[in-house]
Order: sequence, then structure tokens, then C-alpha cells
Amino acid sequence: MEIIISILAGVLITTGIYNLLQKQFLRIVIGTVLLSHGAHLFILTMGKLKRGQPPILTDGVTDYTDPLPQALILTSIVISFGITSLLLVLAYRTARENNTDNMEELRGTENE
Amino acid sequence: MSNLVVLPIIIPLLAGVIVALFNKKVAVTRTLTKLFSILNLGVAAYLSWIVFTTDSIILETGEWVAPYGIILVADPLASLLVLTTNIVAVACAFYAPHSLSLRQETHYFYAFYFFLITGVSGAFLTGDLFNLFVFFEVLLMASYALIVLGGERIQLRESIKYVLINLFSSILFVTAVAFIYGAVGTVNMAQIAERVQIQGQDGVLTTVAILLFFVFATKAALFPLYYWMPKSYIVPNTVVSALFGALLTKVGIYSILRVFSLIFVHKLELTHETFIWIAGLSMLFGVIGALSTNNIKLIIAYNIIPAIGFILMGLGVFNQDGMSGSVYYLVHDMIIKTALFLIVGVIAYVAGTSDLRKMGGLIHYYPGLGWLLFVAAFVLAGIPPFSGFIGKLLLLQGTLSEYEVVITIIALISSLLILYSVMKIFIRGFWGEKDETGKYEKKSTKGLIGPIVYLLAFSIFLGVGAEWIVPSVESISTYLLDPEIYIESVLKE
Repeated sequence: MEIIISILAGVLITTGIYNLLQKQFLRIVIGTVLLSHGAHLFILTMGKLKRGQPPILTDGVTDYTDPLPQALILTSIVISFGITSLLLVLAYRTARENNTDNMEELRGTENE
Repeated sequence: MSNLVVLPIIIPLLAGVIVALFNKKVAVTRTLTKLFSILNLGVAAYLSWIVFTTDSIILETGEWVAPYGIILVADPLASLLVLTTNIVAVACAFYAPHSLSLRQETHYFYAFYFFLITGVSGAFLTGDLFNLFVFFEVLLMASYALIVLGGERIQLRESIKYVLINLFSSILFVTAVAFIYGAVGTVNMAQIAERVQIQGQDGVLTTVAILLFFVFATKAALFPLYYWMPKSYIVPNTVVSALFGALLTKVGIYSILRVFSLIFVHKLELTHETFIWIAGLSMLFGVIGALSTNNIKLIIAYNIIPAIGFILMGLGVFNQDGMSGSVYYLVHDMIIKTALFLIVGVIAYVAGTSDLRKMGGLIHYYPGLGWLLFVAAFVLAGIPPFSGFIGKLLLLQGTLSEYEVVITIIALISSLLILYSVMKIFIRGFWGEKDETGKYEKKSTKGLIGPIVYLLAFSIFLGVGAEWIVPSVESISTYLLDPEIYIESVLKE
């Protein structure tokens, strides 16, 4: 199971990077979303998946689910959700103000 | 007692909320901002006094014992940096009302300013790697808001690049934390350090270390990852640039300093040797960038890169003098970079342009400003008796005692070029014939000069008072070179 999820995370990160390298704003934003999904899945995998036990640690109990990765993911998801919405607004405003959503036209050469 | 540690994080957070409530009443927010920033400076000074006279303070939040709960660690390095952050923050709080437009002030500048301080203090004080990521996000979120404040065309264009590169490196940060959690089963820094010591730093852990270095180096703007930094730092208002230049990149280099002096110290020939070369290249490329441009704000922004290189160089040689030099230079650079950004802000304001080719002869109208720039350039380049000299002396003693001759020469050459790049502003901007066309009519610089003088006073004190300060800095470097002290103070075994 861990192997499958790791591969899935890898696929998500690969497609994320591919989209991040595009020129159009919307594709870039989608790329960052995919990337963060990949990273989150990856954290979950690192705590081992589905052991079918409650996350309780008492002396003598050897079977328990690790609760920490889930706490970490939740924090991370909230943060990336916030940033994605900010990025969408920012991309929209930038495209409106600069009359383009092509990264190549936004290089800026005033100081060269 | 240990609750004192959380105050430098809580006070700005509350202050941010309070000033957001009084948003429309600008006079009230201005006064509140000044009061709260001075209060926070007082608390930070008291905290560092306690830490330096007694011992590190550890706060285990919610009474959860160290490796399980989230902990805050006020050790000498962290508390010194929190103090410096607040010194810088006070200067910016007093400079801001005279530099920002009313529209920017009512668009929650002060609230985001406080959230930025919250994130920076938190990043310095936390003892937990995941928490470090969270505080990074807090300060980055505030910085995203500050960089677009004003919403001009060019600002939006640069800030989208800034947001994207930081978002990307944050995602890599999370991935690196996940790797570490997978490899050692904890995110508490002291416990990671302990377990890495026991397991030995094998190939996987070294790879993760380099991934973490990549993340922090992107935030700290080191060669070859600095390309996003200079242009995006010059687009917002001067006071925002000053805050960014003083604090954001320094949080990155602080994280490198912490992680590579506490956790990953078992493969020095692989990691720290590389740092020396990266440091050298950062100095060279940064200073070449500074020489290549005629935009005064860009000159200062490029000068951040060699400074980060100097700090990394001390970590690279990893001995007593080198580490003392890094810590000293870190504090020195936070103060002087803010001062320089504020000075060029005033110059750009009085000259009406930030292009050096379009100014000249300002000394006839603003002699005081000219001499402030002159002193600041000397402090930055390291002319004795100013603070840059002491920092560089310690660093170069560190490199020479390891027989790293090439990097020493690079450091000396780049210091000279740094001096030239800032002096260029003085020569081209201030020298020259008096302009009679009335282009530079005497503009009021009321309130803008005070914060600069205040910061330069600290810089001069750091240099002249080196005899009192260097012993404390050396005790910090002894502390950093022995990870056991940190591990024991946190895990209490």
C-alpha cells in the first residue's frame, strides 16, 4: 500500500512540476495545487498507512496508528488552501493590470 | 517564568489584530504600532537578558513533555536574534508613517507588519522542525500581503514570481520534513539531532540534509538560488523592502545555521565544505549584481547576497572563530541592511528617482543624508572601528585557521567591491555641481532621518563596544559547536 501511494505522490509531483513550468498563470496555479497534494500524500505515507488501530499509546500496546502525520497534513492543507486562493486572486489581478497571463511577457527589463 | 518565551510571538500577534480593528483611524494605529513595537522590544531585551545571565528557557506548550509537545526554545542565539528583529522593527514602525501613502496605511500595513514580526520571532524561537515550517508560512503570508500593498503594475508582476518561488520551496520543505519523519520518526529538533547521532548520518539523511539546505538557501537567496530576490525586493515601499531585506533572508540563513550546527554535523567534508564554495560564489555574484545596476534600491538589494555568503562562510569552516563571526555578522547585517534600505528610500524620495544617472549634487541640499550614507557604507564594508570590521575579522580568522586561502581572498575582494558599489551612490548621487533648476527643492525629511540615526547608533555601538559584545557572541558559538548542550537542555536527560 505504501508503495502505491508513494508512486501516486511521485506522479502528482511530476505533473505538478510540469504544470509549474508552463507559461500560462492558470496552469502554474494548478501545478502548485498538484505539487502540494503530492507532498501531503507523501507525509501520510511516512507515518505508515492503515494499521486499523486507534491512535492510542499505552504501555504494552504495540499496534497503534501514528496520529502525528495527520496533524501535520491538516496544518499543511490549510496553509496551502489559503495560499492557493491568494495566488488565484494575485494571478487574476496581475493578468488584468499587465494585460497578459504569459510569464514570458512579465520578465521586466527596466534595470538591465 | 518560561511563559516569557511566548511573549515575543503573542504580543505582535495581538497587536496585529488590535491595529486591524482600528484600521480607519490612522492616527490611532500609528500610535498603537509605535507603543506595541517598543513594548515588544522591551520584552525581547528582558528575555535575552535573562537568557544571557542565567540559562536557555524552554517552554513546553500545554505541559506536554519535550519530544511529544510543541516546544519553544529561547537559547542565546534565538533570543539575540529576536532582540535584533525588534530593534529593526521599532525603526521601521517609526519610519513607516512618513514613507507610506495613506492608502497603503489603511490597507492594513500595520497589521501585516505585526504578523511578519510574529512569524520571524516564532521561526527563531521554535524548537520543532514542522513548527518552523508553520512560522515560515506565517511570515511569508504577511510578506505576500506586504509586497503587493499598493497594487501597482510592476509590483503585481514581481510579487507573483515571489509568491511562486516561495510556495515551491515551502512544498519542498514539507517534503523534507516528511522524509526526516520517515527516517528518524520525530520532528522535534533536539530529538532529531539525538537520533541522527545514534543512527549515524547515512546517505539518506545526508540527502535529506541537502534537500533542506536547498529549501533554506532559496529563502536565504544564496547562489545559485538568488535570482528571484533582488527585483522583487525593490518593488514594494521602502519600509517593506527594509523589513524584507533585514528579516526574511536572515530567517533562511538562521535555519541553515541551526540545522547544520545541531542536526547534520556528522558529514562535514560533504556538507560544510560545499557551503564554503557556495558562500564564495554568492559573494562574487551578489557583488557583481550590485555593480551592474544604476538603480539605488537594486544596489542595496543585491548587497544582501554577499552578506548571506559571509554568514554561510563562517558556518562552512565550522570552528570557534568562524561561528562567532557568523553570529556577529548576522546581527550586524540585520541592522545595517535596514539602515541602508531606509537611507536609499529617503534618497529616492528627495531626488524623485532611484536612477543614479538622473541625480547628482544632492550634498548641497541634504548634507546630513549624504554623511549618513557615507557612514553606513563604511559600516557595511567593514572599515574599523565599525561593526562590519569585527564581523569580518572573526570570519577571516576562522577561514585562515582552516587554511582556506581562496575563500579569504574572495571575501576580501568582495568587501572592497561592496564598498565601491555603495560609494557609487555617494559619488554619483551626492557629488557634483549644485543643481540650480530647482529640481531638488528642499523637501521635508522630518521623521525619516531619526530611525536611520537610531539604527546606525546600534551599528556603531556593535563595533566600538566589541569588547563587551564579542565574549557573548563567542559563548554562543561555543554553544552552537556542541549540540549536546541544546539536546540536553531540551530533552532533560
